[in-house]
Amino acid sequence: MSVRIGVITFPGSLDEGEAARAVRRAGGEPVALWHAERDLRGVDAVILPGGFSYGDYLRCGAIARFSPVMTELAAAAKAGLPVLGICNGFQILCEAHLLPGALTRNAGLHFIHRDLRLRVENTRTPWTRAYSGGQEIVVPLKSGEGAYAADAGTLAALEAGGQVTVRYLANPNGSARDIAGVSNEAGNVVGLMPHPEYATSELTGPGTDGLGFFSSVVSVFAGA
Amino acid sequence: MTDTVSHAAATPDVPQPFAELGLTEQEYGRVRKLLGRRPTDAELALYSVMWSEHCSYKSSKVHLRQFAEKAPRSDALLAGIGHNAGVVDIGGGYAVTFKIESHNHPSYVEPHQGAATGVGGIVRDILAMGARPVAVMDSLRFGPASAADTCRVLPGVVSGISFYGNCLGLPNIGGELAFDPCYAGNPLVNALCVGVMRHGDLKLATADGPGNQVILLGSRTGPDGIGGASVLASATFGGSGEGGDSAKRPSVQVGDPFLEKLLVECCLELYHGGLVAGIQDLGAAGIACATTELAAAGTGGMRVRLEAVPLRDATLGPPEILMSESQERMMAVVEPADVPRFLGVCEKWGVQATVIGEVTGTGRLEMTWHGETVVDIPPGTAANEGPVYQRPLARPEWQDKLAADDPAGLARPSGGDGLRTALISLLGSPGLADTTWVTEQYDHYVRGDTVLAMPEDAGLIRVNEDTGLGVALATDGNGRYALLDPYAGAQLALSEAYRNVAATGARPLAVTNCMNFGSPEDPSVMWQFAEAVRGLADGCAVLGVPVTGGNVSFYNQTDQTPIHPTPVIGVLGVHDDVRHRLSIGFAADGARIVLLGRTEAEFGGSAWAHVTHGHLGGRPPKVDLGAERQLAQVLASAAQAGVACAAHDLSDGGLAIALAESCLRGGLGCRVSLPGDPFTFLFSESAARAVVAVRPGAEDAFAEICAAHGVPAEVIGTVGGDSLHVEDCFAIPLDELAGAHRGVLPAIFG
Repeated sequence: MSVRIGVITFPGSLDEGEAARAVRRAGGEPVALWHAERDLRGVDAVILPGGFSYGDYLRCGAIARFSPVMTELAAAAKAGLPVLGICNGFQILCEAHLLPGALTRNAGLHFIHRDLRLRVENTRTPWTRAYSGGQEIVVPLKSGEGAYAADAGTLAALEAGGQVTVRYLANPNGSARDIAGVSNEAGNVVGLMPHPEYATSELTGPGTDGLGFFSSVVSVFAGA
Repeated sequence: MTDTVSHAAATPDVPQPFAELGLTEQEYGRVRKLLGRRPTDAELALYSVMWSEHCSYKSSKVHLRQFAEKAPRSDALLAGIGHNAGVVDIGGGYAVTFKIESHNHPSYVEPHQGAATGVGGIVRDILAMGARPVAVMDSLRFGPASAADTCRVLPGVVSGISFYGNCLGLPNIGGELAFDPCYAGNPLVNALCVGVMRHGDLKLATADGPGNQVILLGSRTGPDGIGGASVLASATFGGSGEGGDSAKRPSVQVGDPFLEKLLVECCLELYHGGLVAGIQDLGAAGIACATTELAAAGTGGMRVRLEAVPLRDATLGPPEILMSESQERMMAVVEPADVPRFLGVCEKWGVQATVIGEVTGTGRLEMTWHGETVVDIPPGTAANEGPVYQRPLARPEWQDKLAADDPAGLARPSGGDGLRTALISLLGSPGLADTTWVTEQYDHYVRGDTVLAMPEDAGLIRVNEDTGLGVALATDGNGRYALLDPYAGAQLALSEAYRNVAATGARPLAVTNCMNFGSPEDPSVMWQFAEAVRGLADGCAVLGVPVTGGNVSFYNQTDQTPIHPTPVIGVLGVHDDVRHRLSIGFAADGARIVLLGRTEAEFGGSAWAHVTHGHLGGRPPKVDLGAERQLAQVLASAAQAGVACAAHDLSDGGLAIALAESCLRGGLGCRVSLPGDPFTFLFSESAARAVVAVRPGAEDAFAEICAAHGVPAEVIGTVGGDSLHVEDCFAIPLDELAGAHRGVLPAIFG
């Protein structure tokens, strides 16, 4: 039985193809999901890919979170379905209140494309269990509104609850507490601004350090 | 009151604003003669944009013919000049289409939107051929980096390219960045796009088959960019005033990359469903251009209901609707039975699509406005039979004086310390400095097929994941060389782009070009243009790579002072397996460094003369196309055989800059010993040269490849250590090199 991972395409999604490739490279089976359909097609987990859904109009992710597919996804996420939001997907999950906090314009106000060192802080999520605690990985960042922001109480709760999933070693964009990615309290929903799917091939990326996100979730369902 | 055809026929003496629309009195007279009456307002608008320099190539046509006449035999060309973009067979059932186009004037007036819509426009050109756009590149030239206005223009241009290209999801894989005072009032913003298709997917811009429906899809038509082609792109800007010319700002279009993304996906699904009989993008001259060109290339007739065009501004009338350059629009010709399915696909992608007319067999392009005929013309007269000028040309009287001003007389650095200082100062000059400040604002990775991107010699995109088939692309130009000798300058730009593509291990296949010049009404400029075109056409013939298309941008001048003639040449090459690509980076410890080609003392137009002495004179480096060809064969063979682990072409700043860049890219130093006069070997810009890092143990095999192709090869050193060490001259720690190279642009632009 192959592990089926849904990848949602919203209008303006850009990275769904590479997310699907990463799933395949990790041994899973990618399943294309369309924003306008409520059906999650019985997948084992869902990825919200990067891009500029609805052109980032209003705010990043603000319109996509009202897509028909999101109703179904929110219910499934609350029931424990593993969900990963990458970049714009992270922004959508925050707008949908499936993850705490918000993403704001980068300090310096420029779009940043850069290969970065990250530290995996929490390896208990279904998306990070393949890593060892504190493991340092190189994954590219490519975003203009990637500065993570939350109020002091939320940040303290994230730290206390182990919800900071990945952190920048050198903060590129002004994110609070160097946060690159967070999870919900249950740990099944994870969002991060860097793109692990573009670090799954030596030929077209900075290495294969990002593969762990995808092999993690595959291993959950493959029973490894 | 609407100016109808019958009204025009009845009122021959009504004064018309042809001069304001950019038509000469003779051209206006010709329109009247063609029609046998005065044109209506709408017809006048249509002819004025179609006969503009930008759309009609009226000053350049007589020269551009050489690209076809002198074209080398090439089995690779599936569609050549005259289409939206040329199409090249790369094997495996795949074809690629690529083209470079200027958006110079809009980018000076409104840098962000000007540059953004430059990307949008070239992407639609590629889409219109039936291809999926897969990557973009940008070739940028500005005034001095330190000039206040450059700090307005450059960040705006970069943010515009970043905004549009990133949102559209196309990786930006390379390009150029150069600075020179001659571009202060006329920055050059040339955008290239490449697309991929299967052989059978080629789409042509024709309206065939009477009864077929004409559908306008994409954005609503607004008042933006009206007259962009005729007014803006032909105008000489008055002075180099601060902030551009605000009166012309409305002529710059505004881009919506999200809509373009939907348009791309929508069109690709329409193609896939076989629902498109013909298609044309809307760029310069908007609906006027699309209707006349589609009709002229097809059965010949078309009827259009202009009131059916969805508008953003309800006050627009026929002339404005025809001239508007609103972005993100395409025009498709669709068989009647396919219309419902066509509209269904558009609805799925949220793309507005409206039937605005149909193909007819009348041979006339007729347009109505609420039932009244406002345009009734033979479409070919607007699309193909515009004026053609044999402009006077004259070799400038200063040309000989410039050639006589030889750089041999310039003071040269002496001793190790002098050479060291010269290298550091070149490496830290804005034109040779690290471009990360710019390129970090572009997404290089999106789509997941980018194998090489800047600062590599060329961008490299994988086309087929299973076989490794891919395409490499480079753009190059050097205005200093072209000023010294436009014929040689064009060939040197071609040589460099060809060499850059070859340095990745690719086989160069085809050429596109963007000709950036001053006013064609200036005989000196026209001579430069004619020489550059002749040089490029002759060069392509020798190298065996056909020109597949291109673009001419005239009127790049401030008052009476033109820019340096700047032909920007794009070369496309094919990689049978991208896993064999070569990077410029020295990353393999112990690899032997081999200098390929002949080095002579050639400093005319060089980076050293420019940066150190502010000097521009003498002769540019000698062109040797035969040597370029042999060098390319060596690089491709070495990559294929796996004997090389890095390669870097030698151009601006010569061997010194190439070694520094390779060290910084790969993170390892090197130790070299120069085989002759150190200054000449370090800074000369002789063409047809490259450095290769040869895999340890493969030295003999590499030497055999060089000998087989007759390319001079000299082992000059070894990769390793943490400094750039030139024996008997200097050793510069990599940290110091990096400091000189990387801090320059951030210090200027923030």
